[in-house]
Amino acid sequence: MIDEDFVKSLLAGHDCIKVVHQDDCLTISCEPEYLPKICLHLRDEETFDLLVDLTAIDHGVEAEIRFSVVLHLYSLIHKSYLRIHANCLDNDCPLVPSVSSVFPAANWHERETFDMFGIKFSEHPNLKRILMWDDYPYFPLRKEFPLAGVEVPLPAADVSEVTGADVDPAPMMGGPFVSPGTGRMSNAEPRAKDESWSEDAEKPL
Amino acid sequence: MVSNEIGYNSKVEGEVIVTRADAVVNWIRKHSVWPMPMGLACCAIELMASAASRYDISRFGMEVMRFSPRQSDCMIVAGTVTYKMAEVVRRIYDQMGDPKWVVAMGACASTGGMYRSYAVMQGVDNVVPVDVYVSGCPPRPEALLDAMMKLQDKIGNESAIKNLSKKPENILAS
Repeated sequence: MIDEDFVKSLLAGHDCIKVVHQDDCLTISCEPEYLPKICLHLRDEETFDLLVDLTAIDHGVEAEIRFSVVLHLYSLIHKSYLRIHANCLDNDCPLVPSVSSVFPAANWHERETFDMFGIKFSEHPNLKRILMWDDYPYFPLRKEFPLAGVEVPLPAADVSEVTGADVDPAPMMGGPFVSPGTGRMSNAEPRAKDESWSEDAEKPL
Repeated sequence: MVSNEIGYNSKVEGEVIVTRADAVVNWIRKHSVWPMPMGLACCAIELMASAASRYDISRFGMEVMRFSPRQSDCMIVAGTVTYKMAEVVRRIYDQMGDPKWVVAMGACASTGGMYRSYAVMQGVDNVVPVDVYVSGCPPRPEALLDAMMKLQDKIGNESAIKNLSKKPENILAS
């Protein structure tokens, strides 16, 4: 059971843990350096032995703490989730110790988090990009990165030379494209939210 | 009668057939297309359905799907072409022997489809020459069969040596 006693005993054992809220599931936060230790404790002592997800949040370019790594653990005994926020102290080159030694499933999740947010995981066995190609110069899920993308060379220079193809920003044409979500299916097709502008006609101010 | 069809009148010509080389070569080619299933996303599932018994692409003489580019002459690009994968698509295209054709199956391969994003190439025609585009997300097997029949028509009407006269500099060193 995740109740007051559980939270009290968890906090008593680790003064680095803070409770953020308990709205949907117990959510704790800690500084990144304690993350592997806390994960090990939760896995071995508290039966939270299933890593459901590991990802990150970009709180925005201006935010005081810009990046948080978020872990969701699940306990098959408690039948309950537990969320951990590890708030990165350095906004410019965020560094978090890898938990892949505790949860092997974290290996690829951390690679994806590195690929999309540029958060480095120290002591990771194989920290390289997993979705974008190795030389890609940006981190696409950061707030300042445009959805359409940024012009860069194609990963294969010889293909680019023969075909003239580049990595170009995608045409947005009033996008992004979302479903209104209501009404008949024929009306719920994804469409541009704002059709007053396109690549040819500037967005009105 | 269309001029490039095979004309044969046994009373007049006996056991001789007079025709044009293009007509014979193209007739042979278009009834033995060997597709290479470049399955990249959900369109590949419909591609598999086209090849299976219900829709049966073999009715049109193109059931010999080969997973090696060296053994095939029609690349069916079925799915989302990411920038990371575009290189692979082009390299496989270059490994196919001439003559060769490309079918862009579905919205993603044709234009990028719903993926207007940083990771997806907005149409495979940026890296390979496409002969037939198929609309749909994904297209039904009938649509693919129709596209393949359109491709047959196209093969039937082109010069038989056109595809063999490609300039060498358009091919990647591999």
